[in-house]
Amino acid sequence: MSVILILIITSIVVAVVFLVAFTWAVKSGQYDDTYSPSVRMLFDDKKKSTADADK
Amino acid sequence: MDSRVAVEGKTSCYHCGDECPDNSIQIEEKNFCCSGCKTVYEILSENDLCAYYDLESAPGATQKKPSTALFDFLDNDSIKTDLLEYADDDFEKASFLVPNIHCSSCIWLLEHLSRINPAVVNSQVNFGKRTLSVQYKAKELTLRQVAEMLDRIGYTPVFSLDSQQEKKSPFSSFNKTLLIKMGIAGFCFGNVMLLSFPDYLGITSYEEQYQDFFRWLNVLLALPVVLYSGNEYFISAFKSLKQRFANIDVPIALGISALFFRSTYEVVAGVGSGYFDSLVGLVFFLLIGKWFQNKTYEAMSFDRDYKSYFPLATLVKVDNQFKPIPVKELKKGDEVLIRNGELLPADSILIDDSGHFDFSFVTGESDAVRKNKGQYVYAGGRLVGKQAKLIIQKTVSQSYLTELWNDQAFQNDDNQVSLVDRISQYFTIIIIAIAAISAFVWQQIDPSNTWLVFCSVLIIACPCALALSTPFTLGSIQRAFGRNRFYLKNAQVIEKLQGINRIVFDKTGTITETAQQSTVFEGDELSEEEKHLIAAAISSSTHPLSRYIKAFLSTDAGVYHIESYNEIPGKGIQSVVSGVSIQLGSAQFLNLNRDSAKEGTTVYLKIGDKYRGVFILKNQYRQGLKQLVSKLANGFKLSVLSGDNETERANLLRLFPESSSINFNQKPADKLERVRSWQNKGDQVMMLGDGLNDAGALSQAEVGIAVTEDISSFSPACDGILDAKSFGKMDKLVALAKNGRTVVKMSFVLSFIYNIGGLSFAVMGLLTPLVAAILMPLSSISVVVFTTVAINVISQKMNL
Repeated sequence: MSVILILIITSIVVAVVFLVAFTWAVKSGQYDDTYSPSVRMLFDDKKKSTADADK
Repeated sequence: MDSRVAVEGKTSCYHCGDECPDNSIQIEEKNFCCSGCKTVYEILSENDLCAYYDLESAPGATQKKPSTALFDFLDNDSIKTDLLEYADDDFEKASFLVPNIHCSSCIWLLEHLSRINPAVVNSQVNFGKRTLSVQYKAKELTLRQVAEMLDRIGYTPVFSLDSQQEKKSPFSSFNKTLLIKMGIAGFCFGNVMLLSFPDYLGITSYEEQYQDFFRWLNVLLALPVVLYSGNEYFISAFKSLKQRFANIDVPIALGISALFFRSTYEVVAGVGSGYFDSLVGLVFFLLIGKWFQNKTYEAMSFDRDYKSYFPLATLVKVDNQFKPIPVKELKKGDEVLIRNGELLPADSILIDDSGHFDFSFVTGESDAVRKNKGQYVYAGGRLVGKQAKLIIQKTVSQSYLTELWNDQAFQNDDNQVSLVDRISQYFTIIIIAIAAISAFVWQQIDPSNTWLVFCSVLIIACPCALALSTPFTLGSIQRAFGRNRFYLKNAQVIEKLQGINRIVFDKTGTITETAQQSTVFEGDELSEEEKHLIAAAISSSTHPLSRYIKAFLSTDAGVYHIESYNEIPGKGIQSVVSGVSIQLGSAQFLNLNRDSAKEGTTVYLKIGDKYRGVFILKNQYRQGLKQLVSKLANGFKLSVLSGDNETERANLLRLFPESSSINFNQKPADKLERVRSWQNKGDQVMMLGDGLNDAGALSQAEVGIAVTEDISSFSPACDGILDAKSFGKMDKLVALAKNGRTVVKMSFVLSFIYNIGGLSFAVMGLLTPLVAAILMPLSSISVVVFTTVAINVISQKMNL
C-alpha cells in the first residue's frame, strides 16, 4: 500500500480522536456556561487572608 | 464612571447605586438608600465579603421593597426530594434559579457563600442559565435555610412549577445536539476539502490510482453530514410539506438532496468527483447560522415570565394544622390557606367570610375583586390583604390558569417566522420553476451542464438571508434597549412600536417621581402608633400614592394586622387594623367638606371617626420630562391621563404642547375606554403607566409600557418594562425602533440583490456549486453583519 493512503488514514483517525474528544466535552457540559469560568479564574482569595491577618 | 461619586449633590447607594433620599443611612462613610441595602452590606462586611463591592461598583439590587418570599414549603419532604439533585446523610445538593445574577460580583459573592455559613461546602453559578448550585452539609443546614440565606443577601431564589420543569426541559440538550452536529459537520468539511484538492488542482496520471479512493472517502464523509447534521432540515421540510405548505427549510432540503444524489451518482458511475465539498460546507455554514441565532435568542430571553410566579406549594389543612403541600398533590376538597400576596393555585370556593383577589394574571385588570363566602374563585388570583381559607375544586392541571397558559394571547407566537414562511412559500415555487426551466433550456443547449445549473440555482436561491434579516435586526434593537434598561416581552413589540403615533402618559408614578421630601402631612403630628396603623392599612395597596405615603411614614406595619380591607379604585381605602378603623382617600370619599384647592395631590386621613389630617403630595415631575415632551411633540400626539383632580392642569399645560389632550379624574376603566376610543379613530397608542393600576389601559394599548423603579417587578398586562432612570431616553428608544424598519428593508434589498445576481449567474451556467456554496453563507453572514452593525451604529449615534 502506498504511503499516501497510510498517511491519509492516519490523519483521519487522529482527527476522529479529536472529534470524539469534542463530543465528550460537549456532552459533559463544558460548553454549558461560557461566561462564569472566565470571571471565576480572576477571583483571588488574597483579601480573605489579609483580613485574617489584621484581626 | 464611578457611580458612587456624588452626582449633583445627591449621593448614590453604595449597595445598589440608586439615589439616596438623604444621608441618614450611613456606615463607615458609605451611604445607603434604604435599610434593606444597609442590612445586606452589614451581612457581607461581617463575613468579610466586601470584595463584592470592588469587582463592580454598586452591584446589588435595591432592597427598598423588602422581599416577602416565604420558604416554609421547602421543609416539605416531597418538594425537597424534587428540588434536591443529590442527597445522602451528610451532604445535599440543590440548584436554585436566581434571576438576579447579573455581573461578576454576583458570581463572586454566590461562590463564596461558605464564608457566610461554613456548612456550605461548595456553590457554583451558571451565569447563562442564572442558576446557582449549592452543596451543603445536611446536618447543619436545611434547604429552606439556604434559600433564606440567599434571600437575605438580596439574591432571592425563585421556585415554581416552571423552574422545576425547566431542569428537565430539552432546551439545554438541544443546544448540545446542535454543537455536536456542528462539530461533526466541521470535521467532515475539513477532510472533504482536503480530499477534493487533488481534483481541483488536476490529477496527474501518476496519482490517478488514488482518485477512486479519494472519491469514495468523500462519499463516506458526506453521509453523516447529510444523515445526522442536516437531518433537521429534512424533518422540518417533510413536516411542512405534509401540511401542504412550503416553509423555509424546503428549498434547503431540496438543495442538499439534489447535491448529494448528483454527487453520489457521479462517483458511482465514475464520471466525476461530485460536489461533496460544497454540500458539506453548505450544511456546516447553515448550522453555524443556526447556532448564532440561538445564541442571540438566548441572550434576549426575558429573565422572568409569569409562569415563574406560580406557587410551588401551598398551605393545606392536615390534621387541623396547615402544612405546606406541593401544588401538584392538591386534591379536590383540600382546605387551603392563602396569605397576603400569594397566588391561588387551583380553582376553589371561599369558605371565609370574604377575601380580595387581584386577577391581573388572568384579566390584566389589577383592581382587587371582593369575593364572598361560598363564591367560586378562579386559580391565578392573588390574595390581597387578609388571609383566606378556601376549598379546592379542581386539580391544578385542570384549572383555568393552566388553560390560560395554553391560551394564544399569552404565548410568544412568533409572527416573524410565519411572515418569512409566507414569503418562502412563493419563493420555493418560483425557485423550483426557475431551476426546472433553466435545466430544460440547458438540456437543449448543452446536456452536460443541466445538473450543474439545476443544483446551483437551488443552492444560490437559499432564502437564508431573507429569513435572518428580521430576527437579527429586532434582536440587535432589543439588545440596545436592554442596555438602556428597557425590557420588552418579545421582539414583536418592536414592530408594534414602529407604528405608534400617539403616546399616552399616566401621571402619578409615571411622569411624577417618588420623592419623599415632597410629601407633607397637615394636621396634628402622627404618633408612632398611628403611623404603624396607617402603614398596616396601606400595606395591601399597590397604588402609587400608597407607596409614597408609606415611604413618607418610613415605618412598617409592626405587630398590627389587617382585619378588613377594601380599596375602592379612584377613591380610597377603608380598612380595620387591630380594631381601629382607618380611612384614606379623597375628601368626597371620607364625607369631608374640604376644598381640594391645595397645591398637589391630597389624601385625607380618618382614624376611627375622627378626621386626622391630610397628606399632601407635591407633584415632582421626572427630570428631563420637559425636554422629552418637546422632542416627542414633533412626531406624536401626546396625551395625559390622570386619576387626580384638576389642580395640576396649569403645571401640565406648561410642560405639554397645546395640541395634547390632558384628562383628569380618570378611573382605571375610563383610561381603558379613552385608549379604546383613540384606537377607534385610527390611532396606534403607546401607553406609559405604572403597570399595576393601569393594567387595563396598558393591555388595551398597542404597546403598553410599565415605568417602574424596580425592574424586577412584573406585570403580565404590559408589553415592556422601562426603568424609571431611562425615562428621559424614551424618544430615542422609539426613534431607534422606527429606524429598525429601514434597516430591515435595506437588508431585504441586500439579500434580493444577492439572489438576483447569484441566480442570473447560475442560470447562465457560470456558477459552480462550490462558488454557490461559498456565496450563499456569505450572503447570510453579510445580512447578519449589516443589520447588527447598522443598529449598533444608529444606537451609538443616538447615545443609547
